[in-house]
Amino acid sequence: MGLTILLVGTRKGLLIARSTDDRRTWSADDFLFRNQEVYSVAADLRRDTPRILAGVGTGHWGPLLTYSDDLGATWSEPEEPPIGFPAGSDASVARVWQIQPSTELEPDVVYAGVEPHALFRSEDGGKHFALVEGLWQHPHRPEWMPGGGGACLHTVLPHPTDPKDVMVVMSAAGVYRTRDGGESWSPANRGIQAAFLPEDQRFPEFGQCVHKVAFHPSRPDRLYAQNHFGVYRSDDRGDSWTPIESGLPSNFGFSLIVHPHRPGTLYSFPLRADAERFPPEAKCRVYRTENAGDHWEPLSAGLPEDPYYAAVLRDAMVADASDPAGVYFGTRLGEVYASRDDGDSWTMIASHLPDILSVRVAQLA
Amino acid sequence: MTSRLLLPAALRRYADERNEVELTGSTLGAALDDLAQRNPQLERKLRDERGELRPHVLVFVDGVSVRTGAAMDTPVPDGAEVFVAPAVSGG
Repeated sequence: MGLTILLVGTRKGLLIARSTDDRRTWSADDFLFRNQEVYSVAADLRRDTPRILAGVGTGHWGPLLTYSDDLGATWSEPEEPPIGFPAGSDASVARVWQIQPSTELEPDVVYAGVEPHALFRSEDGGKHFALVEGLWQHPHRPEWMPGGGGACLHTVLPHPTDPKDVMVVMSAAGVYRTRDGGESWSPANRGIQAAFLPEDQRFPEFGQCVHKVAFHPSRPDRLYAQNHFGVYRSDDRGDSWTPIESGLPSNFGFSLIVHPHRPGTLYSFPLRADAERFPPEAKCRVYRTENAGDHWEPLSAGLPEDPYYAAVLRDAMVADASDPAGVYFGTRLGEVYASRDDGDSWTMIASHLPDILSVRVAQLA
Repeated sequence: MTSRLLLPAALRRYADERNEVELTGSTLGAALDDLAQRNPQLERKLRDERGELRPHVLVFVDGVSVRTGAAMDTPVPDGAEVFVAPAVSGG
């Protein structure tokens, strides 16, 4: 039976939990990066030796992007700082929001999305990153606003079969897409509202606060978006978006993931509103659609019945590669819930942790 | 012109566990530029890629805080102590 590793990034460190009994029981290592925020973590399984990467906020000493080739036992930090704006750019990396290994077609490429709004690309497996100048020099950039969490590029979506086709998502700038490997970028927000703007200006070309975009590798043209008020689907890789909110108790939230084997099955953890970031009716519920968003249904078996007031952040929900899938989410209350049956039932596998910022999972033979 | 950079415990792992390293340069900026050549990891902990002190890093040259004004132009006399500390912050 293989090893499943759950990576839980929190406000005060990284917890690595392991299961060797098909995810029935878990044991956790001690906290890594103590008292340091771990906004982003990734497992790169394309390598002969799996690599874990972490974006760590070290507080006083600036952001750190580090990696481990022994499943978290030891961590490496290149002698030259791994990520930073080039001289003369008058910017500095404040936080690494996303670490995204690219596809099997370019096994040494890893992307990093940072604050302020910028994309970095590594071609040595995540040891050193270079600024993607085409996005940084975009004429829209002076007009991009920070979201509530900061001016973050929080999502990177490489096309599974075309390495030159990459999408990024930024708060509050929206979705942008390149088809030429990062030299030029176009906004891809048609149909997504910016509910915070005056009523007659709510569908701008860019400036939306899109919280997360996801897709299934077998259907790269079909995208799903959780927006700052609005859940959407695109069937043309972002050229246009239409709402998919039937059955949802709210169209606000952060997390959105796709089932690993069923492209039309999604999971969301809705929140009441931007000004009330609690689960609707204080019920801890995951919502699932099995028809690409035509209708959503709540999943509650095993989740708390008491009033629940914690949110799930944009990268704190993930699915593993099993079928039925394991689905996991961590809350700002420091609890981790896991399902081994596509979300039909849930078990709390960790509690009393610090505020959870990111969750990723890796399954090894 | 050499001086001593005195390190807090959190940064000593970037200096082979020593609590101080030697700096060369007549101003704080020149001394940290020199450090960036010899130990870029350590220098980046003190300054960002623009060469500015990180917001919660305190630096004292012979006991005088250099956080205000043109910090990098601060003279560093021969034999000076450049003391680094994390500002009390967080929650």
